[in-house]
Amino acid sequence: MALIELAGIERRFLLGDTTVNALAGVDLRIDAGEYVAVMGPSGSGKSTLLNLLGLLDRPNAGSYRLEGRDVTTLTPDEQARVRSARIGFVFQSFHLVPRLTAAENIALPMTLAGIAAAERARRVATALQSFGLANRADHKPDQLSGGQRQRVAIARATIMQPALILADEPTGNLDRHTGDEVVHLLEALNASGVTLVVVTHDPTLGARARRQLVMEDGRLQHDSGRAPHAAG
Amino acid sequence: MRPADTLRFARDAALGTPLRTALSVLAMSIGVAAVVVLTALGDGARMYVVGQFSSLGANLVIVLPGRSGTGGFNPANAITSTPRDLTIDDAAAVRRAPAVKRVGPLAVGTSEIAFGGRLREVIVAGTNHDYFGIRGLEMAQGTSLPDDDWNRGSPVVVLGAKVREELFGAAPAIGQLVRVGDRRLRVVGVMKSTGQGLGMNTDEVVIVPVALAQAMFNTNTLFRILIEAKSREAIPDAKAQALEILKQRHRGEEDVTVITQDAVLATFDRLLGALTMAVAGIAAISLAVAGILVMNVMLVAVTQRTGEIGLLKALGASARTIRLAFLAEAAMLSAVGALLGYLLGQAGAFALRQVFPVFPAYPPDWAVIAGLSTALATGLLFGVMPARRAARLDPVQALMKH
Repeated sequence: MALIELAGIERRFLLGDTTVNALAGVDLRIDAGEYVAVMGPSGSGKSTLLNLLGLLDRPNAGSYRLEGRDVTTLTPDEQARVRSARIGFVFQSFHLVPRLTAAENIALPMTLAGIAAAERARRVATALQSFGLANRADHKPDQLSGGQRQRVAIARATIMQPALILADEPTGNLDRHTGDEVVHLLEALNASGVTLVVVTHDPTLGARARRQLVMEDGRLQHDSGRAPHAAG
Repeated sequence: MRPADTLRFARDAALGTPLRTALSVLAMSIGVAAVVVLTALGDGARMYVVGQFSSLGANLVIVLPGRSGTGGFNPANAITSTPRDLTIDDAAAVRRAPAVKRVGPLAVGTSEIAFGGRLREVIVAGTNHDYFGIRGLEMAQGTSLPDDDWNRGSPVVVLGAKVREELFGAAPAIGQLVRVGDRRLRVVGVMKSTGQGLGMNTDEVVIVPVALAQAMFNTNTLFRILIEAKSREAIPDAKAQALEILKQRHRGEEDVTVITQDAVLATFDRLLGALTMAVAGIAAISLAVAGILVMNVMLVAVTQRTGEIGLLKALGASARTIRLAFLAEAAMLSAVGALLGYLLGQAGAFALRQVFPVFPAYPPDWAVIAGLSTALATGLLFGVMPARRAARLDPVQALMKH
């Protein structure tokens, strides 16, 4: 079953008086449960693609169907609801709220969605347990190590039980060892059925994915998973 | 986001930058405190003046000889001379009007009073027993003037507190004979000290029966007739009836002026009320400034927390949720500031009352309510723009600023 279907996606930015094609004619299909790495040099459009998949950005042209539903025409608030329920983000710099504890950071998506406090506490307790953060619940982010911070971020990304996790250089700010831990965590999530899309510079991390996409100048240069859909 | 969560989130955000939060709360509280203290001052002044006027007597209607074109007190009232003067019989006639409770005729002159070799100038007020009731004058010792025929000038005198003090010192005054002008009068009473007021200072006055005063000053006219109406509502009736009676007695000629204390009081009331409004307005400017400061603080907060706003959007926060969170924070800053300012202002007014006990420096309710609601309204109003700016941030751009 197709989770993501992109067709003819264009995304242009105006830099001064020149137009930059961040994405040009991207067609892509990702099935539910896939593990996809997006690679490519800086400025190749991989981050733009990730933002687009996460409904943080809108294409100038083309269509994006998420779980069979055209999401490019949704209003910003409808897109926010889709993000809340279906998509989890993991960032390179963790993006934890510094004044909130680990538990509160993990609970943040549920708080924003208006889930009752008791239900939040129950789910956060489970998450803390399964991510090995039980004794770090009341620590602020600046009292946590990098690996712990990213584990909090991953716990936060999964707390709403999304169908899709988008990770942007999830190991970029971590050393090799903690980076591996985080990757294993993400892969375990993928093994439990969550679709995982990882953007990375790191060839070894990219090689772990079952499917590699290589981007250059806003185009998909290489797709290891399947024959390109009507490319060009 | 649930309302309780929004509030908690806003509170944590505000407490996350303690100095900035404290400063904007301080600014807001100074604004509110200024409103409370300044209006307490203004309204205190008003209450003070009104209180002084009320001490002249309640439900008072005053008849002045002479027709004055303009109402109220003016210097001309004191020096007008008219062909037909007010007499004791006029005052007695006014007493028959249904709306009138008591009448006090008043003849005034200056003379000298002497006892045991001490001599001083005094104002001699000639009047009757009822005058004491109308003016609310209380006796420290003895009795007031006898309640007898107004035309019978018994040789008695009631002394003001200061006059007694200067003439007798510690010695008893009641029953003693004093010389006033060329007459020997028996002291029957001493008035309680009333202190300096807006009216005649009764501490330095001696009061004798009205007929006696007229005889002493060789006149048969009255300076004033003081009328006490039966109630506050009866004041206009008492005024009209007194005027009608005097007009008939003066052969249809309206040659007296009748003023009510209310008219005088209302003028002062309006004047000082306007003054209070003016200082409240000036204080309100500081509230507006505080509001702008809250806006500034919130704009800085939006800029500083751009990355966080981007994150909230990525985590599925709607524009409304973000708007509400920032609005709640602005409202919280102004609400806490307003509350603090209210307490500060009340403390200031309390301090004023301690320092100046005669001055009833209580902030009026309208000013407190207006001050608090202006603080909240400006806080919210100036919070809207930063909140909208936060809600409109592009998530991709916002996320990059971390």
